[in-house]
Amino acid sequence: MEQKKFAIKQISIFSENKPGRLAAIAQALEEEKINILAFSIAEANGFGVVRALVDHPQEAFETLTRRGFNVAFTEVIAVRMRDEPGGLYEIAHVLGEANINIEYSYAYSGKEAAVLILRVDNVPAAIEAIRRGGGTLLDSTLFH
Amino acid sequence: MRSWDPRIEEMPLAELKKMQYKLLKTLVYRLYSFSPFYHRRMEEARVHPDDIRTLEDITRLPFMYKADLRDNYPDRIFLASQDDLVRYHVSSGTTGKPTVVGYTEKDLENWTNSIARALVSCGIGRGDVLQVSYGYGLFTGGLGLHYGAERVGATVIPTSVGNTERQIELMQDLHATAIACTPSYLLHIGEVAEKMGVSIKNDTGLKAGILGAEPWSEKMRQRIQEWLGIQAYDIYGTSELSGPMFIECSEQKGFHVWGDLAFVEILDPSTQEPLGPGERGEMVITMLQKEAMPMIRFRIGDISSIEEDPCPCGRTHPRVQRISGRVDDMLIIRGINVFPSQVEYTLMSIPEVGQHFMIIVDRKGSLDDMLVQVEVTKEAFSDKITDLMAIRKNVEHKLRNALNVAVNVELVEPGSLPRFEGKAKRVIDRRTI
Repeated sequence: MEQKKFAIKQISIFSENKPGRLAAIAQALEEEKINILAFSIAEANGFGVVRALVDHPQEAFETLTRRGFNVAFTEVIAVRMRDEPGGLYEIAHVLGEANINIEYSYAYSGKEAAVLILRVDNVPAAIEAIRRGGGTLLDSTLFH
Repeated sequence: MRSWDPRIEEMPLAELKKMQYKLLKTLVYRLYSFSPFYHRRMEEARVHPDDIRTLEDITRLPFMYKADLRDNYPDRIFLASQDDLVRYHVSSGTTGKPTVVGYTEKDLENWTNSIARALVSCGIGRGDVLQVSYGYGLFTGGLGLHYGAERVGATVIPTSVGNTERQIELMQDLHATAIACTPSYLLHIGEVAEKMGVSIKNDTGLKAGILGAEPWSEKMRQRIQEWLGIQAYDIYGTSELSGPMFIECSEQKGFHVWGDLAFVEILDPSTQEPLGPGERGEMVITMLQKEAMPMIRFRIGDISSIEEDPCPCGRTHPRVQRISGRVDDMLIIRGINVFPSQVEYTLMSIPEVGQHFMIIVDRKGSLDDMLVQVEVTKEAFSDKITDLMAIRKNVEHKLRNALNVAVNVELVEPGSLPRFEGKAKRVIDRRTI
Protein backbone atom coordinates (compact mmCIF):
# COMPACT_ATOMS: atom_id res chain seq x y z
CA MET A 1 0.00 0.00 0.00
CA GLU A 2 2.65 2.47 1.14
CA GLN A 3 4.93 1.23 -1.58
CA LYS A 4 2.29 1.69 -4.24
CA LYS A 5 1.66 5.24 -3.04
CA PHE A 6 5.26 6.37 -3.01
CA ALA A 7 7.19 4.18 -5.46
CA ILE A 8 7.53 6.26 -8.60
CA LYS A 9 8.06 4.92 -12.13
CA GLN A 10 11.24 6.40 -13.54
CA ILE A 11 11.96 5.80 -17.22
CA SER A 12 15.48 4.73 -18.15
CA ILE A 13 16.63 4.99 -21.74
CA PHE A 14 19.67 3.27 -23.21
CA SER A 15 21.66 5.72 -25.27
CA GLU A 16 24.85 5.67 -27.23
CA ASN A 17 27.27 8.31 -26.11
CA LYS A 18 27.25 10.48 -29.21
CA PRO A 19 25.99 13.89 -30.28
CA GLY A 20 22.26 14.27 -30.78
CA ARG A 21 20.98 11.34 -28.75
CA LEU A 22 19.63 13.39 -25.86
CA ALA A 23 18.04 15.79 -28.33
CA ALA A 24 16.30 12.84 -30.01
CA ILE A 25 14.88 11.66 -26.70
CA ALA A 26 13.81 15.14 -25.66
CA GLN A 27 12.17 15.76 -29.03
CA ALA A 28 10.17 12.54 -28.77
CA LEU A 29 8.87 13.60 -25.38
CA GLU A 30 8.10 17.12 -26.53
CA GLU A 31 6.04 15.87 -29.44
CA GLU A 32 3.87 13.86 -27.04
CA LYS A 33 3.62 16.89 -24.70
CA ILE A 34 5.33 15.02 -21.92
CA ASN A 35 7.02 17.16 -19.32
CA ILE A 36 10.33 16.18 -17.81
CA LEU A 37 10.43 16.94 -14.09
CA ALA A 38 13.98 15.76 -13.47
CA PHE A 39 16.59 13.82 -15.28
CA SER A 40 20.18 12.63 -15.16
CA ILE A 41 22.66 10.95 -17.46
CA ALA A 42 24.89 8.14 -16.30
CA GLU A 43 27.85 7.54 -18.54
CA ALA A 44 29.92 4.41 -19.01
CA ASN A 45 32.52 4.22 -21.73
CA GLY A 46 30.68 4.52 -25.01
CA PHE A 47 27.11 4.30 -23.80
CA GLY A 48 24.92 5.88 -21.22
CA VAL A 49 21.58 5.61 -19.48
CA VAL A 50 19.29 8.60 -19.46
CA ARG A 51 16.99 8.55 -16.44
CA ALA A 52 14.00 10.80 -16.18
CA LEU A 53 10.97 11.51 -14.06
CA VAL A 54 8.17 12.59 -16.35
CA ASP A 55 4.55 13.53 -15.77
CA HIS A 56 3.24 10.65 -17.90
CA PRO A 57 5.63 7.68 -17.62
CA GLN A 58 3.46 5.17 -19.53
CA GLU A 59 3.02 7.45 -22.54
CA ALA A 60 6.72 8.27 -22.47
CA PHE A 61 7.58 4.58 -22.43
CA GLU A 62 5.29 3.87 -25.36
CA THR A 63 6.37 6.74 -27.56
CA LEU A 64 10.06 6.10 -27.00
CA THR A 65 9.67 2.36 -27.62
CA ARG A 66 7.78 3.09 -30.82
CA ARG A 67 10.69 5.20 -31.98
CA GLY A 68 13.10 2.34 -31.42
CA PHE A 69 14.59 3.33 -28.09
CA ASN A 70 15.44 0.74 -25.49
CA VAL A 71 13.37 1.84 -22.48
CA ALA A 72 12.80 0.35 -19.05
CA PHE A 73 10.85 1.32 -15.93
CA THR A 74 12.65 1.52 -12.61
CA GLU A 75 11.07 2.21 -9.23
CA VAL A 76 12.50 5.19 -7.40
CA ILE A 77 11.38 7.36 -4.53
CA ALA A 78 11.36 11.16 -4.40
CA VAL A 79 11.89 12.94 -1.12
CA ARG A 80 11.22 16.58 -0.46
CA MET A 81 14.27 18.19 1.12
CA ARG A 82 14.96 21.48 2.77
CA ASP A 83 16.69 23.77 0.30
CA GLU A 84 19.34 24.90 2.78
CA PRO A 85 22.52 23.54 4.35
CA GLY A 86 21.88 20.18 6.00
CA GLY A 87 18.88 19.26 3.85
CA LEU A 88 20.63 16.41 2.08
CA TYR A 89 22.25 15.23 5.29
CA GLU A 90 18.88 14.63 6.99
CA ILE A 91 17.73 12.21 4.32
CA ALA A 92 21.04 10.49 3.71
CA HIS A 93 21.49 10.04 7.46
CA VAL A 94 18.07 8.44 7.93
CA LEU A 95 18.74 5.95 5.12
CA GLY A 96 22.25 5.22 6.36
CA GLU A 97 20.95 4.48 9.86
CA ALA A 98 18.36 2.11 8.41
CA ASN A 99 21.16 0.36 6.50
CA ILE A 100 19.61 1.14 3.12
CA ASN A 101 22.00 1.49 0.21
CA ILE A 102 21.60 4.24 -2.36
CA GLU A 103 22.39 2.90 -5.81
CA TYR A 104 22.15 6.28 -7.45
CA SER A 105 20.48 9.59 -6.88
CA TYR A 106 19.85 12.96 -8.47
CA ALA A 107 18.09 16.08 -7.35
CA TYR A 108 16.29 19.15 -8.53
CA SER A 109 15.54 22.41 -6.83
CA GLY A 110 12.01 23.43 -7.71
CA LYS A 111 9.81 26.41 -7.01
CA GLU A 112 8.43 25.04 -3.78
CA ALA A 113 11.25 22.86 -2.51
CA ALA A 114 14.21 20.77 -3.46
CA VAL A 115 13.53 17.14 -4.33
CA LEU A 116 15.92 14.25 -4.01
CA ILE A 117 15.28 11.25 -6.28
CA LEU A 118 16.70 8.00 -5.01
CA ARG A 119 17.17 4.52 -6.39
CA VAL A 120 17.68 2.30 -3.35
CA ASP A 121 18.23 -1.41 -2.83
CA ASN A 122 15.09 -1.77 -0.69
CA VAL A 123 12.22 0.50 -1.68
CA PRO A 124 9.64 -0.44 1.05
CA ALA A 125 12.23 -0.16 3.82
CA ALA A 126 13.38 3.20 2.50
CA ILE A 127 9.81 4.52 2.40
CA GLU A 128 9.25 3.41 5.96
CA ALA A 129 12.54 4.85 7.24
CA ILE A 130 11.94 8.24 5.66
CA ARG A 131 8.38 8.45 6.93
CA ARG A 132 9.45 7.45 10.40
CA GLY A 133 12.23 10.04 10.25
CA GLY A 134 9.66 12.74 9.50
CA GLY A 135 10.49 13.17 5.81
CA THR A 136 7.96 13.89 3.05
CA LEU A 137 7.76 11.64 0.03
CA LEU A 138 6.32 12.76 -3.25
CA ASP A 139 3.12 10.95 -4.08
CA SER A 140 3.29 8.69 -7.13
CA THR A 141 -0.08 10.05 -8.31
CA LEU A 142 1.83 13.14 -9.41
CA PHE A 143 3.15 10.94 -12.17
CA HIS A 144 0.49 9.12 -14.14
CA MET B 1 18.89 -47.06 -42.08
CA ARG B 2 21.47 -49.51 -43.42
CA SER B 3 24.27 -48.05 -45.50
CA TRP B 4 23.91 -48.10 -49.28
CA ASP B 5 27.40 -49.52 -49.68
CA PRO B 6 28.35 -50.87 -46.23
CA ARG B 7 31.63 -52.38 -47.37
CA ILE B 8 32.94 -48.92 -48.21
CA GLU B 9 30.91 -46.71 -45.89
CA GLU B 10 31.59 -48.73 -42.72
CA MET B 11 35.20 -49.62 -43.52
CA PRO B 12 37.50 -49.13 -40.49
CA LEU B 13 39.15 -45.71 -40.68
CA ALA B 14 42.68 -47.13 -40.75
CA GLU B 15 41.78 -49.28 -43.73
CA LEU B 16 40.13 -46.34 -45.44
CA LYS B 17 43.32 -44.32 -45.00
CA LYS B 18 45.36 -47.12 -46.56
CA MET B 19 42.97 -47.11 -49.48
CA GLN B 20 43.28 -43.33 -49.78
CA TYR B 21 47.05 -43.56 -49.84
CA LYS B 22 46.99 -46.09 -52.66
CA LEU B 23 44.55 -43.99 -54.66
CA LEU B 24 46.62 -40.86 -54.09
CA LYS B 25 49.81 -42.55 -55.18
CA THR B 26 48.16 -43.77 -58.39
CA LEU B 27 46.68 -40.33 -59.03
CA VAL B 28 49.98 -38.53 -58.58
CA TYR B 29 51.80 -40.88 -60.97
CA ARG B 30 49.03 -40.47 -63.48
CA LEU B 31 49.10 -36.66 -63.29
CA TYR B 32 52.88 -36.51 -63.39
CA SER B 33 52.96 -38.72 -66.45
CA PHE B 34 49.99 -37.41 -68.43
CA SER B 35 49.08 -33.90 -67.29
CA PRO B 36 51.45 -31.27 -68.69
CA PHE B 37 49.82 -28.72 -66.39
CA TYR B 38 50.32 -30.68 -63.21
CA HIS B 39 53.70 -32.05 -64.25
CA ARG B 40 54.93 -28.47 -64.53
CA ARG B 41 53.41 -27.60 -61.15
CA MET B 42 55.20 -30.53 -59.54
CA GLU B 43 58.50 -29.61 -61.15
CA GLU B 44 58.13 -26.07 -59.83
CA ALA B 45 57.41 -27.45 -56.37
CA ARG B 46 60.37 -29.83 -56.73
CA VAL B 47 58.31 -32.86 -55.87
CA HIS B 48 58.32 -36.23 -57.61
CA PRO B 49 55.69 -38.98 -57.28
CA ASP B 50 58.29 -41.08 -55.49
CA ASP B 51 58.31 -38.50 -52.69
CA ILE B 52 54.76 -39.47 -51.76
CA ARG B 53 55.33 -42.27 -49.26
CA THR B 54 52.48 -41.70 -46.81
CA LEU B 55 49.05 -40.08 -46.97
CA GLU B 56 50.45 -37.15 -44.98
CA ASP B 57 52.96 -36.49 -47.78
CA ILE B 58 50.06 -34.99 -49.69
CA THR B 59 51.12 -31.69 -48.11
CA ARG B 60 54.20 -31.72 -50.37
CA LEU B 61 52.05 -31.46 -53.48
CA PRO B 62 51.23 -28.11 -55.08
CA PHE B 63 47.76 -26.59 -54.83
CA MET B 64 45.21 -26.09 -57.57
CA TYR B 65 43.08 -22.95 -57.73
CA LYS B 66 39.85 -21.86 -59.37
CA ALA B 67 41.98 -19.59 -61.53
CA ASP B 68 43.73 -22.67 -62.97
CA LEU B 69 40.41 -23.84 -64.40
CA ARG B 70 39.63 -20.44 -65.87
CA ASP B 71 43.11 -20.05 -67.30
CA ASN B 72 42.80 -23.41 -69.00
CA TYR B 73 39.31 -22.76 -70.39
CA PRO B 74 37.58 -24.70 -71.72
CA ASP B 75 39.23 -28.12 -71.49
CA ARG B 76 43.01 -27.78 -71.53
CA ILE B 77 43.23 -29.27 -68.04
CA PHE B 78 41.23 -32.39 -68.99
CA LEU B 79 42.95 -35.76 -68.82
CA ALA B 80 40.44 -37.62 -70.95
CA SER B 81 40.02 -37.38 -74.69
CA GLN B 82 36.69 -36.21 -76.01
CA ASP B 83 35.88 -39.78 -77.06
CA ASP B 84 35.74 -40.75 -73.39
CA LEU B 85 33.69 -37.78 -72.22
CA VAL B 86 30.00 -38.40 -71.75
CA ARG B 87 28.91 -35.03 -70.34
CA TYR B 88 29.85 -31.41 -69.70
CA HIS B 89 28.63 -29.14 -66.93
CA VAL B 90 29.42 -25.43 -66.91
CA SER B 91 29.42 -23.19 -63.90
CA SER B 92 28.81 -19.53 -64.44
CA GLY B 93 31.83 -17.67 -63.17
CA THR B 94 30.85 -14.58 -61.22
CA THR B 95 34.17 -13.10 -62.29
CA GLY B 96 35.61 -13.69 -65.72
CA LYS B 97 35.18 -16.88 -67.69
CA PRO B 98 33.00 -19.80 -66.63
CA THR B 99 34.55 -23.14 -65.75
CA VAL B 100 33.81 -26.28 -67.70
CA VAL B 101 33.76 -29.70 -66.09
CA GLY B 102 33.93 -32.88 -68.16
CA TYR B 103 32.86 -36.36 -67.02
CA THR B 104 33.76 -39.83 -68.17
CA GLU B 105 31.26 -42.65 -67.66
CA LYS B 106 33.10 -43.67 -64.50
CA ASP B 107 33.06 -40.07 -63.20
CA LEU B 108 29.28 -40.02 -63.52
CA GLU B 109 29.06 -43.43 -61.88
CA ASN B 110 31.10 -42.29 -58.87
CA TRP B 111 29.09 -39.08 -58.60
CA THR B 112 25.80 -40.95 -58.72
CA ASN B 113 26.99 -43.43 -56.09
CA SER B 114 28.15 -40.60 -53.88
CA ILE B 115 24.66 -39.08 -53.88
CA ALA B 116 23.07 -42.52 -53.52
CA ARG B 117 25.06 -43.20 -50.33
CA ALA B 118 24.34 -39.69 -49.06
CA LEU B 119 20.57 -39.93 -49.66
CA VAL B 120 20.35 -43.26 -47.88
CA SER B 121 22.39 -41.86 -44.98
CA CYS B 122 19.66 -39.28 -44.29
CA GLY B 123 16.86 -41.80 -44.67
CA ILE B 124 15.82 -41.42 -48.30
CA GLY B 125 15.45 -44.53 -50.44
CA ARG B 126 12.95 -46.79 -52.19
CA GLY B 127 9.42 -45.65 -51.45
CA ASP B 128 10.39 -42.01 -51.19
CA VAL B 129 9.34 -39.35 -53.66
CA LEU B 130 12.05 -36.71 -54.14
CA GLN B 131 11.14 -33.39 -55.65
CA VAL B 132 14.31 -32.04 -57.23
CA SER B 133 13.91 -28.27 -57.24
CA TYR B 134 17.51 -27.51 -58.07
CA GLY B 135 18.14 -26.20 -61.55
CA TYR B 136 18.51 -28.81 -64.28
CA GLY B 137 20.94 -28.14 -67.08
CA LEU B 138 24.45 -26.76 -67.03
CA PHE B 139 24.23 -26.43 -63.23
CA THR B 140 25.13 -29.69 -61.48
CA GLY B 141 22.47 -29.57 -58.75
CA GLY B 142 19.45 -30.91 -60.61
CA LEU B 143 21.00 -33.78 -62.54
CA GLY B 144 23.27 -34.76 -59.64
CA LEU B 145 20.38 -35.32 -57.24
CA HIS B 146 18.28 -36.79 -60.01
CA TYR B 147 20.51 -39.72 -60.87
CA GLY B 148 21.48 -40.37 -57.25
CA ALA B 149 17.83 -40.60 -56.24
CA GLU B 150 16.95 -42.91 -59.12
CA ARG B 151 19.89 -45.10 -58.15
CA VAL B 152 18.46 -45.77 -54.68
CA GLY B 153 15.03 -46.48 -56.08
CA ALA B 154 13.33 -43.27 -55.02
CA THR B 155 10.83 -41.64 -57.38
CA VAL B 156 12.00 -38.33 -58.79
CA ILE B 157 9.80 -35.33 -59.60
CA PRO B 158 12.17 -33.25 -61.74
CA THR B 159 10.49 -29.89 -61.16
CA SER B 160 13.69 -27.84 -61.44
CA VAL B 161 13.36 -24.26 -60.17
CA GLY B 162 10.51 -21.82 -60.64
CA ASN B 163 6.72 -21.90 -60.98
CA THR B 164 6.36 -22.25 -57.25
CA GLU B 165 2.59 -22.73 -57.16
CA ARG B 166 2.86 -25.69 -59.51
CA GLN B 167 5.68 -27.07 -57.35
CA ILE B 168 3.35 -26.99 -54.36
CA GLU B 169 0.49 -28.66 -56.26
CA LEU B 170 2.77 -31.44 -57.46
CA MET B 171 4.22 -31.84 -53.98
CA GLN B 172 0.70 -32.54 -52.73
CA ASP B 173 -0.65 -34.54 -55.66
CA LEU B 174 2.39 -36.82 -56.09
CA HIS B 175 2.98 -37.13 -52.33
CA ALA B 176 6.56 -35.88 -52.27
CA THR B 177 8.35 -37.04 -49.12
CA ALA B 178 11.51 -35.01 -49.68
CA ILE B 179 12.62 -31.92 -51.54
CA ALA B 180 16.07 -30.86 -52.70
CA CYS B 181 16.58 -27.12 -53.20
CA THR B 182 18.29 -24.07 -51.76
CA PRO B 183 17.24 -23.17 -48.21
CA SER B 184 16.03 -19.76 -49.36
CA TYR B 185 13.88 -21.33 -52.08
CA LEU B 186 12.33 -23.68 -49.54
CA LEU B 187 11.42 -20.70 -47.35
CA HIS B 188 9.87 -19.10 -50.43
CA ILE B 189 7.90 -22.28 -51.13
CA GLY B 190 6.68 -22.25 -47.53
CA GLU B 191 5.49 -18.65 -47.85
CA VAL B 192 3.78 -19.16 -51.21
CA ALA B 193 2.11 -22.32 -49.86
CA GLU B 194 0.68 -20.37 -46.92
CA LYS B 195 -0.76 -17.79 -49.30
CA MET B 196 -2.39 -20.66 -51.20
CA GLY B 197 -3.84 -21.92 -47.91
CA VAL B 198 -1.51 -24.93 -47.85
CA SER B 199 0.50 -25.81 -44.76
CA ILE B 200 3.63 -27.76 -45.73
CA LYS B 201 3.60 -29.20 -42.22
CA ASN B 202 -0.01 -30.41 -42.16
CA ASP B 203 -1.14 -30.69 -45.78
CA THR B 204 1.81 -32.45 -47.43
CA GLY B 205 3.78 -35.64 -46.79
CA LEU B 206 7.12 -33.82 -46.83
CA LYS B 207 9.51 -35.16 -44.19
CA ALA B 208 12.95 -34.06 -45.39
CA GLY B 209 14.69 -31.18 -47.11
CA ILE B 210 18.09 -31.52 -48.75
CA LEU B 211 19.33 -28.00 -48.67
CA GLY B 212 22.46 -26.33 -49.93
CA ALA B 213 24.18 -24.47 -52.77
CA GLU B 214 24.19 -21.34 -50.61
CA PRO B 215 25.31 -20.58 -47.07
CA TRP B 216 22.80 -21.14 -44.29
CA SER B 217 22.91 -21.36 -40.53
CA GLU B 218 21.88 -23.67 -37.72
CA LYS B 219 19.29 -21.09 -36.74
CA MET B 220 17.77 -21.29 -40.22
CA ARG B 221 17.72 -25.09 -39.92
CA GLN B 222 15.75 -24.86 -36.71
CA ARG B 223 13.32 -22.39 -38.21
CA ILE B 224 12.76 -24.57 -41.30
CA GLN B 225 12.34 -27.72 -39.23
CA GLU B 226 9.83 -26.18 -36.84
CA TRP B 227 7.86 -24.24 -39.39
CA LEU B 228 7.65 -26.85 -42.14
CA GLY B 229 7.69 -29.95 -39.93
CA ILE B 230 10.57 -31.60 -41.78
CA GLN B 231 14.16 -32.61 -41.11
CA ALA B 232 16.60 -30.32 -42.93
CA TYR B 233 19.91 -31.76 -44.12
CA ASP B 234 22.92 -29.88 -45.40
CA ILE B 235 24.27 -30.88 -48.82
CA TYR B 236 27.71 -29.98 -50.11
CA GLY B 237 29.58 -30.02 -53.36
CA THR B 238 30.71 -27.85 -56.22
CA SER B 239 31.04 -28.47 -59.91
CA GLU B 240 34.83 -28.85 -59.53
CA LEU B 241 34.20 -31.92 -57.33
CA SER B 242 31.57 -33.19 -59.85
CA GLY B 243 28.56 -31.49 -58.28
CA PRO B 244 26.67 -32.02 -55.05
CA MET B 245 28.38 -34.99 -53.40
CA PHE B 246 27.79 -35.16 -49.65
CA ILE B 247 24.70 -34.86 -47.44
CA GLU B 248 24.47 -34.96 -43.68
CA CYS B 249 23.46 -38.34 -42.26
CA SER B 250 20.47 -38.65 -39.94
CA GLU B 251 22.65 -37.44 -37.04
CA GLN B 252 22.77 -33.94 -38.64
CA LYS B 253 26.29 -33.38 -37.35
CA GLY B 254 28.14 -32.59 -40.56
CA PHE B 255 28.32 -34.43 -43.88
CA HIS B 256 30.36 -37.58 -44.40
CA VAL B 257 32.99 -37.06 -47.06
CA TRP B 258 33.33 -40.38 -48.85
CA GLY B 259 37.00 -41.10 -48.33
CA ASP B 260 37.36 -43.38 -51.33
CA LEU B 261 36.33 -40.47 -53.56
CA ALA B 262 37.70 -37.42 -51.81
CA PHE B 263 40.39 -36.51 -49.32
CA VAL B 264 39.85 -33.37 -47.25
CA GLU B 265 42.59 -31.37 -45.56
CA ILE B 266 41.90 -28.49 -43.20
CA LEU B 267 44.68 -25.92 -43.34
CA ASP B 268 45.50 -22.71 -41.60
CA PRO B 269 44.53 -20.22 -44.32
CA SER B 270 47.56 -18.02 -43.86
CA THR B 271 50.34 -20.51 -43.15
CA GLN B 272 48.88 -23.52 -45.04
CA GLU B 273 49.88 -25.70 -42.08
CA PRO B 274 47.56 -28.69 -41.49
CA LEU B 275 45.09 -28.33 -38.62
CA GLY B 276 43.78 -31.12 -36.42
CA PRO B 277 40.25 -32.49 -36.00
CA GLY B 278 37.81 -29.90 -34.73
CA GLU B 279 39.98 -26.96 -35.76
CA ARG B 280 38.45 -24.52 -38.19
CA GLY B 281 40.37 -23.70 -41.29
CA GLU B 282 40.41 -23.71 -45.05
CA MET B 283 39.18 -26.86 -46.77
CA VAL B 284 41.46 -28.27 -49.42
CA ILE B 285 40.07 -31.15 -51.45
CA THR B 286 41.69 -33.86 -53.50
CA MET B 287 39.40 -35.95 -55.70
CA LEU B 288 40.94 -39.40 -55.61
CA GLN B 289 39.16 -41.09 -58.51
CA LYS B 290 38.20 -38.45 -61.02
CA GLU B 291 39.25 -39.35 -64.54
CA ALA B 292 38.36 -36.49 -66.86
CA MET B 293 39.30 -33.60 -64.63
CA PRO B 294 41.44 -34.61 -61.67
CA MET B 295 41.44 -32.11 -58.83
CA ILE B 296 44.36 -32.26 -56.48
CA ARG B 297 44.68 -30.10 -53.35
CA PHE B 298 42.00 -27.81 -54.71
CA ARG B 299 41.66 -24.56 -52.74
CA ILE B 300 37.90 -24.49 -52.73
CA GLY B 301 37.82 -21.42 -50.49
CA ASP B 302 35.35 -22.72 -47.88
CA ILE B 303 36.01 -22.67 -44.16
CA SER B 304 35.06 -25.61 -41.96
CA SER B 305 36.42 -28.25 -39.61
CA ILE B 306 36.58 -32.02 -39.78
CA GLU B 307 35.70 -34.76 -37.24
CA GLU B 308 37.11 -38.26 -37.45
CA ASP B 309 35.56 -39.81 -34.33
CA PRO B 310 33.05 -42.60 -35.01
CA CYS B 311 29.60 -41.40 -36.04
CA PRO B 312 26.65 -43.00 -34.24
CA CYS B 313 25.22 -43.83 -37.69
CA GLY B 314 27.97 -46.41 -38.16
CA ARG B 315 29.69 -44.75 -41.08
CA THR B 316 33.43 -44.32 -40.60
CA HIS B 317 34.11 -41.63 -43.15
CA PRO B 318 35.15 -38.26 -41.72
CA ARG B 319 32.48 -35.64 -41.19
CA VAL B 320 32.92 -32.05 -42.32
CA GLN B 321 30.95 -29.46 -40.40
CA ARG B 322 28.61 -27.04 -42.08
CA ILE B 323 30.55 -24.47 -44.11
CA SER B 324 30.98 -21.52 -41.82
CA GLY B 325 32.61 -18.96 -44.03
CA ARG B 326 34.71 -18.15 -47.03
CA VAL B 327 38.44 -17.61 -47.05
CA ASP B 328 37.76 -14.30 -48.80
CA ASP B 329 35.97 -13.05 -45.65
CA MET B 330 38.90 -13.79 -43.38
CA LEU B 331 40.45 -11.01 -41.33
CA ILE B 332 43.90 -11.20 -39.85
CA ILE B 333 43.97 -9.45 -36.46
CA ARG B 334 47.36 -9.34 -34.77
CA GLY B 335 48.36 -12.37 -36.79
CA ILE B 336 45.27 -14.40 -35.81
CA ASN B 337 42.77 -15.49 -38.45
CA VAL B 338 39.30 -14.24 -37.62
CA PHE B 339 36.10 -15.00 -39.50
CA PRO B 340 32.98 -12.86 -39.19
CA SER B 341 31.02 -16.12 -38.97
CA GLN B 342 32.79 -16.96 -35.69
CA VAL B 343 31.55 -13.68 -34.28
CA GLU B 344 28.04 -14.53 -35.47
CA TYR B 345 28.07 -17.98 -33.83
CA THR B 346 29.38 -16.59 -30.57
CA LEU B 347 26.75 -13.85 -30.44
CA MET B 348 24.00 -16.39 -31.14
CA SER B 349 24.76 -17.98 -27.76
CA ILE B 350 24.38 -14.69 -25.85
CA PRO B 351 20.68 -13.84 -25.43
CA GLU B 352 21.35 -10.33 -24.10
CA VAL B 353 22.51 -9.11 -27.49
CA GLY B 354 20.77 -9.28 -30.85
CA GLN B 355 22.01 -11.14 -33.91
CA HIS B 356 23.12 -8.01 -35.77
CA PHE B 357 26.69 -6.88 -35.47
CA MET B 358 29.42 -4.86 -37.12
CA ILE B 359 33.16 -5.43 -36.94
CA ILE B 360 35.38 -2.38 -37.15
CA VAL B 361 39.09 -2.97 -37.51
CA ASP B 362 41.53 -0.16 -37.00
CA ARG B 363 45.15 0.31 -36.11
CA LYS B 364 46.01 1.89 -32.77
CA GLY B 365 49.68 2.74 -32.91
CA SER B 366 51.19 -0.37 -34.40
CA LEU B 367 48.55 -2.74 -33.07
CA ASP B 368 45.37 -3.95 -34.71
CA ASP B 369 42.26 -3.03 -32.84
CA MET B 370 39.04 -4.96 -33.31
CA LEU B 371 35.76 -3.47 -32.22
CA VAL B 372 32.49 -5.39 -32.34
CA GLN B 373 29.27 -3.42 -32.11
CA VAL B 374 26.21 -5.23 -30.80
CA GLU B 375 22.70 -4.19 -29.94
CA VAL B 376 21.34 -4.68 -26.42
CA THR B 377 17.97 -6.42 -26.53
CA LYS B 378 14.92 -4.92 -24.86
CA GLU B 379 14.70 -7.84 -22.47
CA ALA B 380 18.29 -7.40 -21.34
CA PHE B 381 18.22 -3.64 -20.90
CA SER B 382 18.46 -2.65 -17.29
CA ASP B 383 18.61 0.73 -15.70
CA LYS B 384 21.75 -0.37 -13.89
CA ILE B 385 25.02 0.63 -15.51
CA THR B 386 26.73 -2.27 -13.76
CA ASP B 387 24.39 -4.77 -15.46
CA LEU B 388 25.16 -3.27 -18.87
CA MET B 389 28.87 -3.29 -18.13
CA ALA B 390 28.54 -6.97 -17.16
CA ILE B 391 26.85 -7.74 -20.49
CA ARG B 392 29.65 -6.01 -22.35
CA LYS B 393 32.31 -7.84 -20.34
CA ASN B 394 30.58 -11.15 -20.99
CA VAL B 395 30.44 -10.55 -24.75
CA GLU B 396 34.10 -9.47 -24.79
CA HIS B 397 35.07 -12.55 -22.79
CA LYS B 398 33.15 -14.98 -25.02
CA LEU B 399 34.46 -13.41 -28.23
CA ARG B 400 37.98 -13.49 -26.89
CA ASN B 401 37.66 -17.18 -26.08
CA ALA B 402 36.18 -17.98 -29.48
CA LEU B 403 38.57 -15.89 -31.58
CA ASN B 404 41.76 -16.06 -29.50
CA VAL B 405 42.18 -12.35 -29.92
CA ALA B 406 41.24 -9.44 -27.65
CA VAL B 407 38.09 -7.68 -28.79
CA ASN B 408 36.46 -4.46 -27.65
CA VAL B 409 32.70 -4.50 -27.56
CA GLU B 410 30.46 -1.51 -27.92
CA LEU B 411 26.82 -1.65 -26.92
CA VAL B 412 24.65 0.28 -29.34
CA GLU B 413 20.97 1.12 -29.52
CA PRO B 414 18.59 -1.46 -30.95
CA GLY B 415 17.92 -0.99 -34.66
CA SER B 416 20.97 1.22 -35.13
CA LEU B 417 23.18 -1.35 -36.89
CA PRO B 418 22.74 -1.81 -40.64
CA ARG B 419 20.43 -4.61 -41.81
CA PHE B 420 21.47 -6.54 -44.90
CA GLU B 421 19.48 -8.28 -47.56
CA GLY B 422 21.51 -10.89 -49.33
CA LYS B 423 25.23 -10.79 -48.73
CA ALA B 424 26.04 -8.98 -45.52
CA LYS B 425 28.96 -6.57 -45.29
CA ARG B 426 29.65 -6.66 -41.61
CA VAL B 427 33.29 -5.62 -41.64
CA ILE B 428 34.77 -2.16 -41.88
CA ASP B 429 38.55 -2.40 -42.14
CA ARG B 430 40.12 1.00 -41.60
CA ARG B 431 43.68 -0.23 -41.43
CA THR B 432 46.08 1.32 -43.84
CA ILE B 433 49.33 -0.47 -44.33
